[in-house]
Amino acid sequence: MSVFEVLRFAVRGIGANKLRSGLTMLGILIGVAAVILLVAVGNGSAQQVAERIEALGTKTLTVQGIGGSDVLTPEVAEALDDPVLAPDVTSVSPVTSTQATLTYQGTDHSVQQFVGSYPSYFGASNSPVRTGAAFTADDLAQGRRVVVIGQTVAEELFPGLDPVGEEITVSGALFTVVGVLDEKSSASGFNDANDVAIAPLTAVQQALTGYGPFNSIIVEAKSSEKVADAQSEVSLILSTRIEVPASSTTQPYRIQNASQLLETQTETADTFTTLLGAVAAISLLVGGIGITNIMLVTVTERTREIGIRKALGAPRRVILTQFLAEATMLSLLGGGLGVAAALIGSNFTIVGVEPVIVPSSIALALCVSVAIGLFFGSVPANRAAGLRPIDALRYE
Amino acid sequence: MSVLDVRSVTKVYGEGAAVVHALRGVSLTVERGEYVAIMGSSGSGKSTLMNIIGCLDIPSAGRYLLDDVDVSRLNDRQLALVRNRRIGFVFQSFNLIPRTTALANVELPLAYAGVKAAERRRRARVALDMVGLADRAGHEPNQLSGGQQQRVAVARALVTEPALLLADEPTGNLDSRSTEDILGILDELHAAGRTILLITHETEVAARAGRLIRLFDGQISSDVQQEPVLT
Repeated sequence: MSVFEVLRFAVRGIGANKLRSGLTMLGILIGVAAVILLVAVGNGSAQQVAERIEALGTKTLTVQGIGGSDVLTPEVAEALDDPVLAPDVTSVSPVTSTQATLTYQGTDHSVQQFVGSYPSYFGASNSPVRTGAAFTADDLAQGRRVVVIGQTVAEELFPGLDPVGEEITVSGALFTVVGVLDEKSSASGFNDANDVAIAPLTAVQQALTGYGPFNSIIVEAKSSEKVADAQSEVSLILSTRIEVPASSTTQPYRIQNASQLLETQTETADTFTTLLGAVAAISLLVGGIGITNIMLVTVTERTREIGIRKALGAPRRVILTQFLAEATMLSLLGGGLGVAAALIGSNFTIVGVEPVIVPSSIALALCVSVAIGLFFGSVPANRAAGLRPIDALRYE
Repeated sequence: MSVLDVRSVTKVYGEGAAVVHALRGVSLTVERGEYVAIMGSSGSGKSTLMNIIGCLDIPSAGRYLLDDVDVSRLNDRQLALVRNRRIGFVFQSFNLIPRTTALANVELPLAYAGVKAAERRRRARVALDMVGLADRAGHEPNQLSGGQQQRVAVARALVTEPALLLADEPTGNLDSRSTEDILGILDELHAAGRTILLITHETEVAARAGRLIRLFDGQISSDVQQEPVLT
């Protein structure tokens, strides 16, 4: 008997009771679709996290003073911007930030992060400007009181209006709005990344904070790959520039690296994906058990028929193959339909995440459905093949 | 050379208190071209004997040679081959595969024998023609009458050109006209030289055979040649 013939018999067997076959396939369909879709959700979630962190600027290092220390002076900032000692650093933006109340025509809005920095801050902190423009180096040199506000500030103070060109009061000082930032997604969750305002460092120091040490220094590396190198260069420079008193045991500053944050988050997302996949795999297992159950019923139902076939000389192997083929065909069809269902489902947003299908999960799911058919179908197939013709023929 | 050589075959079922001696040392020989009827009341062991002869069951003791091959020593795979090539079955309850056409049913033994599709179809059609059902080749069993189903079963039994045709109460589920049809076909086959072994409990059916063996309580109680009654 050729393979094709056995397959033909198997198709006939499945087609004999379409409802039953359909329901059995449904079990596998759901299992496969669940695996593929949930893995895609996990993957999409991981990608979203990565994108959010990218929004922070994975090329940046943040140097901060610890515990209110005053080590970040303009000299230190200048020292970091050294092409010889720190070749992997693109820009250095000292940051002074404070809380400020912005007022426009009677409306007040309190901003937690009123940032004073260099023009390079916009690139380093990945804060592109949507309308208007960022301030220039000339503005910085002149200490002009211009400011770029974030989306939340714009919505609070200028609902429905174009803020560019308007004058606002910042804790008493008059500033002109020159630009509005693009919307940013909040990676950390507690700070609204759009509730910010960025002005030239000199203007902020003059009007708001005074000429003390900086809150932090944002260092931009040449690329994400160069961040580690930049970090070590910066560390070296700081250790030579900043004197650590003999009495203290810790550094008065720390360097934070956005890609380290990315790595941790990605690991978490991956674990999440694996967990989802495992849960879905359980449902696939249940589908497989469904196949065994149905095939056992089918074998019992067709005991007489198996007896006839054996009486006519069907070798054990052929009976075994026929029922294995039926079980595998059921699970493969179910698996194929499950893949289709998953592909359709991936076009929708699930729990706020856009699924990103992982191609290897499709191949895996299909292979697993074949394996399920073979494995879960083997028990009933063996039973069928082992029936004694004389007993089978007498079966009512 | 005898087609069938059964030597002191015994069959025991069950154990201990529930033990059943279905056959107690049955010996018989059947030559090529004979038409033998086996009669016996319920529990005489005729079905058991039939199953052993048909290689559907193995004897607890004794030997059984089919065409000089010791069948009682064969393994499952070899027995399947014997059933496929050497024996043709006709059962009381027809035993056709449901939801399959008559042609496909008749083809089935050839499929298991590894014959190619076109050749199979041709031989199946010839067999169906022999029983007069060439025009019903595409019908499924539930579209055929009892007599027609049994005729398909006879065609299926013949399609592999077996040495022996075994019929277990072939007319048991048929009306008188269909019974007559089937018995007529068997007569023709006998005339053409086929070896036929028929199990029955009806005397009118047994009368058509050339030899009558009676079984009682697991043993042969009589074995006589007789003049077949032809209608």
